[in-house]
Amino acid sequence: MKAATIHEIVMPQLAESVVNATIERWLKQPGDKVSMYEPLCEIITEKVGAEIPSTIEGTLVKLLVGAGETVEVGTPICLIESEAAGEPSVPAAQPPAASGERAAAAPALAGTPAGRPAAAEGMRGRYSPAVLQLSAEHGIDPSAVPGTGAGGRVTRKDILAYAAAGGRPAASQTPAPQAAQAASAAPAAAPQPGAGDRIVEARGPVRSTGLHLTETPRIPSVEIEGQAIPGRGETFIDVTPVRNTIASRMRQSVTEIPHGWMMIEVDVTNLVVLRGKLKDDFRKREGTNLTYLAFFIKAVVNAIKDFPIINSVWAVDKIIVKRDINISLSVGTEDSVVTPVIKNADQKNIAGLAHEIEMLARKTREGKLKLDDVQGGTFTVNNTGSFGAILTQPIINYPQAAIITFESIVKRPVVINDMLAVRSMANICLSLDHRILDGVICGRFLQRVKENLESFNSETHLY
Amino acid sequence: MPVMDYIEAIRLAMKEEMERDPDVFVLGEDVGVKGGVFTTTKGLQEQFGEARVMDTPLSESAIAGVAIGAAMYGMKPIAEMQYSDFMFPATNQIISEAAKIRYRSNNDWSCPVVIRAPIGGGIFGGLYHSQCPESVFFGTPGLKIVAPYSPADAKGLLTAAIRDPDPVLFFENKKCYRLVTGPVPEGEHVVEIGKSNVLREGDDITVISYSLPLHFALQAAEELQEEGISAHILDLRTLQPLDKEGILAAARRTGKVLIIHEDNKTGGIGAEVSAIIAEEMLYELDAPIRRLCGPDVPAMPINPPGEKFFMLNKDKVLAAMRELALY
Repeated sequence: MKAATIHEIVMPQLAESVVNATIERWLKQPGDKVSMYEPLCEIITEKVGAEIPSTIEGTLVKLLVGAGETVEVGTPICLIESEAAGEPSVPAAQPPAASGERAAAAPALAGTPAGRPAAAEGMRGRYSPAVLQLSAEHGIDPSAVPGTGAGGRVTRKDILAYAAAGGRPAASQTPAPQAAQAASAAPAAAPQPGAGDRIVEARGPVRSTGLHLTETPRIPSVEIEGQAIPGRGETFIDVTPVRNTIASRMRQSVTEIPHGWMMIEVDVTNLVVLRGKLKDDFRKREGTNLTYLAFFIKAVVNAIKDFPIINSVWAVDKIIVKRDINISLSVGTEDSVVTPVIKNADQKNIAGLAHEIEMLARKTREGKLKLDDVQGGTFTVNNTGSFGAILTQPIINYPQAAIITFESIVKRPVVINDMLAVRSMANICLSLDHRILDGVICGRFLQRVKENLESFNSETHLY
Repeated sequence: MPVMDYIEAIRLAMKEEMERDPDVFVLGEDVGVKGGVFTTTKGLQEQFGEARVMDTPLSESAIAGVAIGAAMYGMKPIAEMQYSDFMFPATNQIISEAAKIRYRSNNDWSCPVVIRAPIGGGIFGGLYHSQCPESVFFGTPGLKIVAPYSPADAKGLLTAAIRDPDPVLFFENKKCYRLVTGPVPEGEHVVEIGKSNVLREGDDITVISYSLPLHFALQAAEELQEEGISAHILDLRTLQPLDKEGILAAARRTGKVLIIHEDNKTGGIGAEVSAIIAEEMLYELDAPIRRLCGPDVPAMPINPPGEKFFMLNKDKVLAAMRELALY
């Protein structure tokens, strides 16, 4: 027997520290068929954008969370109806069961009031100050007054009623307490089932709006939102989640890490010749650009192998040296910068690095980076030459120990053996965590990078 | 009479008083450009400018201190604490300076400041956005404390607070902001500070409360009416000074008193109300004085079942009222 079942798709936990995520846009709409693992929507988290794959095959029935909304991990985001062979559908079976329960519950409730505590008759002889005072005033013996209170207690109202009735049991004249008493049986049970619902209704709208009642936090994409303030020539740009992450990471790095900085220059003339010779061929064969960056990363990675301390993290009472060399690559877009990671860069040759660089750059531009693509970096390389800089002072990619930049290659007159020559020169800048690293070790490291770069020549193999 | 939200009534009171008296100004975190995190001060800066609706640094002590200083100099500041939970850094300014300056200066100086602070939970705010700090300030001579339950009272009490020559703490209930709507008298509407208000007449039990729980009590009273139980409901309106006559009159009406507030039970307003009744009219009591309050746990839980446990609601109030009525 075929039965349709509705499944909730919930916001998954993408990483340990991710507690919520913003739906950037829905890729599927209600009515669309979705297959297993097909992307349903794109989300942004504090760390990265990602796609949420469907965990089930079926038809998207309903979106529970709109684009732009931020929800906690575990929140249902949409409903998918699947065609599944199975036992008689569960939903169909439920209503009778539920009403059965209610039916069962009702008599139980109805039963209780009957058995209402015939309570300690002990209250019969206990008089409140008010009862004693009123009895004295009216000259009534309270023990003669029928008590309507708990445990047969004579209440203030009983005395007043008794007095009003001229000292006779005044059952008929005292509707209020009598009614109360009589009613007490039924209401004790009756209000319970419905009452809860009503209060829920009353608190509904406030409850769902969170802390700042008037504002559903709205996460814009990247556009500038002009908000004219009378009398001021300013516009406000909403801070995107990515911008916010960049801001907090940068501030954390600059405030926590005492930055040191140094620069050397490298003669890359031979590298320029080498690349000029290989690049067209490489492009044809591999379909990928052979960039200077690939050579640079190779040179850096080999230098890190010689100076492992560069690949470390400050942990207050110790320094953690990372075995894997995972190179974070700064990739800028118009309005942000992210650092996707080349994992185990030391195990890749120059061609492999060139492929990896191109793949990560493409994913970044398309906003397709997965969380996995940006995690685990141990050292950062920034190709600042790509935007024409010849000298930069990079901020360390927290919590790494250092960051290196590769500046523009420019032709310059250089003195070699007392002769002037025109050489292709590039600057390399290094910012270092001065808690871990000092000038000598970093100087040696940079020298090693320089040697590695200068030793590329027409004999160098890409593979 | 125009019908408006509780929060609108507060905003309207500030707007009208600022229009009426150029010495009145507002200061607080995000009260200006943003118009307050709840939008309580929305539009005021546009109308009155930055000099009269001032965004302050995130420092409650400074907000209160500046307001107190300005008030001593003759201004009529309305200082906003974004949440009453954040008010504690300003406690020293409020208790040691604002409350005492008239006494300390032998009546030379006064401090006509109003400090507005949203109280109460039930908004999924957790421990830093849900507290009821009344008991911290309650019992400090020199301070007046008001806590309205309705839009009309919110407007009337805030107007009175602004015009009052002494420091007034205005505890507005944040859950009421948009939950509670009601008619507000047009034009000048002042509710006298220090006077309680009978919201409902009845003969079986007396409920004494303030702020949000009054709504639960009123709803519960309607339902209990059908059971033949009639409740007399008193809104304290002003927590300090307490309206003793009003409290005693209401308690005398039935001899059975239930005091309700969201602030926790121990050392709360209810303890003092209860003591007043016990001191003045023991021989007219027909039942032990009851209190229904927030539990004595350190903070409002953030988890929904915990929050539900902590918060009062109509069912809890109704059960307590019925139990006392049947005593």
